[in-house]
Amino acid sequence: MTTKLFGEPVQRREDPRLLTGGGRYLDDLGPDALAAAFVRAPHAHARIRDIDVGPALDVEGLVAIYTWEDLPERVGRPLPLLIPHPALTHGRTAYPLARDVVRHVGEPVVMVVAADRYAAEDACALIEVDYEVLKPVVGLEEAVQGAALVHEDVPGNVGAHLVQEVPGADGRGAREAIETAPHTLAFRLDIERSASMPLEGRGVHARWDGRDLRVHSSTQTSTSVRMAVAAALGLPLPRVEVIAPDVGGGFGVKIVHPWPEEILVPWAAMTLGREIKWTEDRREHFISSAHERGQVQYVRVGFDDDGRVLGLDVTILHDHGAYTPYGIIVPIVTSTQLLGPYKIGAYRVEFSAVYTNTVQVTPYRGAGRPQGVFCMERTMDKIARHLGRDRAEVRAANFIGPGEFPYDQGMTFQDGRPLIYDSGDYPEMLRLLKELIGWDSFERAPGRGIGIGCYVEGTGVGPYEGGHVQITSDGRVHVSTGLTSQGQGHETVFAQIAASELGVPIERISVVTGDTRRFGYAVGTFASRAAVVSGSAIALACRKVREKALRIAADALEADPADLEITDGIVHVAGAPNAAVPLSTVAVLANPLRYAFDEETARATQFAGAAAPDRPPVAEGEEPGLEGRDYYSPIRSTFAAGMHAAIVETDPDTAEIRVLRYAVVHDCGRLINPMIVEGQIHGGVAQGIGGALYERMAYDPHGQLVNASFMDFLMPYATEVPHVETAHLETPSPLNPLGVKGAGEAGVIPVSAVIASAIEDAEGFPIDRMPISPSDLFHLRTT
Amino acid sequence: MKPPPFTYHAPRDLATALRTLQEVGAGGAGGKVLAGGQSLIPMLNMRLVAPAHLVDINRVAGLGGIGREPGGVRVGALARHAEAERSGAHPLLTRALKLVAHPVIRNRGTVVGSLVHADPAAELPAVLAVLGGSVRVARWQDGAAVERDIPAAAFFTGPMESAVLPGELAVSAWFPSLAPGAGCAFVEVSRRHGDYALAGVCAVVGPAGAARVACVGVGPVPVVVDVSAHAPDWAAAARAVREETEPDDDIHATAAYRRHLVGVLAERALREAAQEAENRGA
Ligand SMILES: Cc1cc2nc3c(=O)[nH]c(=O)nc-3n(C[C@H](O)[C@H](O)[C@H](O)COP(=O)(O)OP(=O)(O)OC[C@H]3O[C@@H](n4cnc5c(N)ncnc54)[C@H](O)[C@@H]3O)c2cc1C
Repeated sequence: MTTKLFGEPVQRREDPRLLTGGGRYLDDLGPDALAAAFVRAPHAHARIRDIDVGPALDVEGLVAIYTWEDLPERVGRPLPLLIPHPALTHGRTAYPLARDVVRHVGEPVVMVVAADRYAAEDACALIEVDYEVLKPVVGLEEAVQGAALVHEDVPGNVGAHLVQEVPGADGRGAREAIETAPHTLAFRLDIERSASMPLEGRGVHARWDGRDLRVHSSTQTSTSVRMAVAAALGLPLPRVEVIAPDVGGGFGVKIVHPWPEEILVPWAAMTLGREIKWTEDRREHFISSAHERGQVQYVRVGFDDDGRVLGLDVTILHDHGAYTPYGIIVPIVTSTQLLGPYKIGAYRVEFSAVYTNTVQVTPYRGAGRPQGVFCMERTMDKIARHLGRDRAEVRAANFIGPGEFPYDQGMTFQDGRPLIYDSGDYPEMLRLLKELIGWDSFERAPGRGIGIGCYVEGTGVGPYEGGHVQITSDGRVHVSTGLTSQGQGHETVFAQIAASELGVPIERISVVTGDTRRFGYAVGTFASRAAVVSGSAIALACRKVREKALRIAADALEADPADLEITDGIVHVAGAPNAAVPLSTVAVLANPLRYAFDEETARATQFAGAAAPDRPPVAEGEEPGLEGRDYYSPIRSTFAAGMHAAIVETDPDTAEIRVLRYAVVHDCGRLINPMIVEGQIHGGVAQGIGGALYERMAYDPHGQLVNASFMDFLMPYATEVPHVETAHLETPSPLNPLGVKGAGEAGVIPVSAVIASAIEDAEGFPIDRMPISPSDLFHLRTT
Repeated sequence: MKPPPFTYHAPRDLATALRTLQEVGAGGAGGKVLAGGQSLIPMLNMRLVAPAHLVDINRVAGLGGIGREPGGVRVGALARHAEAERSGAHPLLTRALKLVAHPVIRNRGTVVGSLVHADPAAELPAVLAVLGGSVRVARWQDGAAVERDIPAAAFFTGPMESAVLPGELAVSAWFPSLAPGAGCAFVEVSRRHGDYALAGVCAVVGPAGAARVACVGVGPVPVVVDVSAHAPDWAAAARAVREETEPDDDIHATAAYRRHLVGVLAERALREAAQEAENRGA
């Protein structure tokens, strides 16, 4: 049977095309388009005194130069603050082109349009911007002193401040619980910045034909870009279409919208009446998109003799960079997901979202979770060390039990809904992990250590996604959903869902994502939500189509719909394979317009019932065609979980760090395609290894990013990523029709915590700061 | 990331190449030789250099090849890293090349280009320096090609600076053979596979205890130290090497770590080279 595909390791259908160069990415479009380039701020903080475009005017091929002054009012407004929050009292966003003040190196100041990118960059190089350099704010602890300000009207550089408290069962607050606990510890943790760093940067291509605007953007949300563009340009929504072509990775940075370029390129295309393309280069991506992760955490914890946490008090300084276009999602996720698989006594968490003169911070795969997990897992290790107990045992002592679901953590999650875990089995997961890595038989030796880290990840946030499914008279199934793909394998898993729901071979199913011409309502691809939300919507849409197909087939076969099933694309009476009608024919029957322009339609006419002259050809309440549309709107997030362990070796002389083994146990509910889930985990672990051992954003005291290239920003190669051993656990989610949970971000979340745990085990001193390089380890050893 | 405008020249023979270099060198902005392009093209794209002329030597006849001659190996200006590595013409060169970048870069990058580029963290300058090799450069003068040989000790003049003058073309490099019965080694620590080293040491140890090292990444040019006096106390030799280095801090490692590392690596390289020499002798 080729159609029972849910749960099978079906090979990725997109790969032959993508791996043989058949992909069409943003820069493959519009080979004759004009090119845009930007003059970007060379200073972290400066006032623009004057812009002299004169010297650039002679560049051959120059078409136009725009500064903020040239933008119409609507286009020149500050970019939207997408997700306001009452605690974000001082939210600030940038102008599409800098107005008066630049607040980080890389902020766009002037837009140039020219015949090609070479000419555009030549012109950029000749434009003279006169700056009055202001004092830059770099470094979190310096920023909160407030000696210099990123935004003149934001005292202390604090954009948001939020305190959340969950009292213990006895009603006492965390601070009180810690005071009276048998044991207490206090420490400080540091996590540095990294970034999504998709291999394909951002990019926008726009064409205006005098009436309609077509925009291609390398985005994670074409529907929202469409609304943003229509609003900024004052166009009716139906006049704007936005398409995400093949996208070479997103990892969060492309969910932010609209980027300045997503407004400016379409606006210039309309203004000039010319097709224009902007393809971000790597340096632009480093200094002009978004980063994440930077936090300082001050932790106090009280616990009993078994290592059970009685009170936890965490104060977080969260580096938000220069602007807050995406609100304070990241620190909110950190504060809530910090709790992991544990039920702790009382919890207090306080964060300040702090402005600095650096690239803005928006979610990057994991979106605040790696920092929260780092905090909690470092805490667990410190408790174990303090008590002289096994680290896994201390974790187990704090686990939520398998019988305690749904488990309410008493907080509000990133989607504004209660933080209630839907399902899970943490003790079993720990057992599997210990077995996989050989926890109990690990032989400790100098320079060899084992580490562990656990996490819970809220996935599949709402508000909704939709699916549209159409079966055409050739028997093919066309599935579309509005969210976008960046290589995750949606073409495969959505087709698997449709194949299983409809009983159609996967070869006959095609999937389109991220094209507003095909599906207008969508949220986007982020927060590990595609399988959960779009997957469920597609399943529901398929069920509608199936129901209609069975109804029509039942008519044709003179059978009861309840006796029918669909196998290999053929509707037949259960147990009577000869009483059958293919879905292609059913599709013809569903449409009373039956010109016989192909064999299917010609043949179908023999099934056509006698025309009933007293009824309209399309009966009331019916629609022509065999198609269905449905939406899935989750009541709240579903909570996936995982536990990782690693064995590392540290060189006693060179302080080099090698990961010898890396094991993952992962639970994302029912698996649609275990191979794709494993691929997601491998990719996540690779990014996690980057964050733990290699990547950082090296800002100097002037706010210059001194490693803004792949020469010096050390993204790990395949040679640096350990082999990942995986085991799956499946506790279905009770919240959605498929029982699935998200898997996209899982791999990255606990890696820094796990590697720190293992290095600490190998070296015998605390590892409280990530990433860690051989040079860092050398200095920790010698101090 | 597009280069500023330049005039492109693609001479087919050495005389034209040299004449072109002389002509464009006369103008202030000058010209640059394009060999494998693995260092020059990124620098152009990032607009870190802006030569008015680019003289592409890839089509010049007679600049390729790796010649084994009595006493050493002569590597032509168009010999790629990969070709030199595969040829196995010189054991230390082969070992060093395995540490240079990645296969795709080694397929294009040239040995001579790497020497002229003179990155203080590059492996090949250290090889040339420890062996006491030389680079042959040519220029156009009075209607004819004139050549001169520059010994390694005079070739590397600073970080990314070599003794090749504007208007000159490096036509080949000379790597002297190891003394009979000598052993060699190249060890380094880099952040990722194929990255420039944080620090690296190549060592040559002769059968009679003559021992020399050259270190990369710990000074403006390869740091060559003769440690024959310490043989076979390689720990003492390593301490002496460490004393000679003046590393800098950068974002990847502190000076203190690099100094420590170069000692560790010097000892490892010397032991390995001595072991090889011993095996040869046996
Ligand atoms: C990702 C990456 C990693 C790398 N890692 C390493 C590494 O680990 N170790 C290492 O040593 N190198 C490394 N390299 C550099 C690589 O080895 C280069 O190929 C080499 O340094 C330059 O050789 P080329 O032939 O490409 O020279 P080009 O890039 O063409 O030229 C480099 C410079 O030398 C000049 N030049 C070149 N040939 C001549 C000549 N015959 N006469 C006069 N001037 C000349 C050019 O004008 C230019 O200034 C790396 C490069 C990349 C892209």
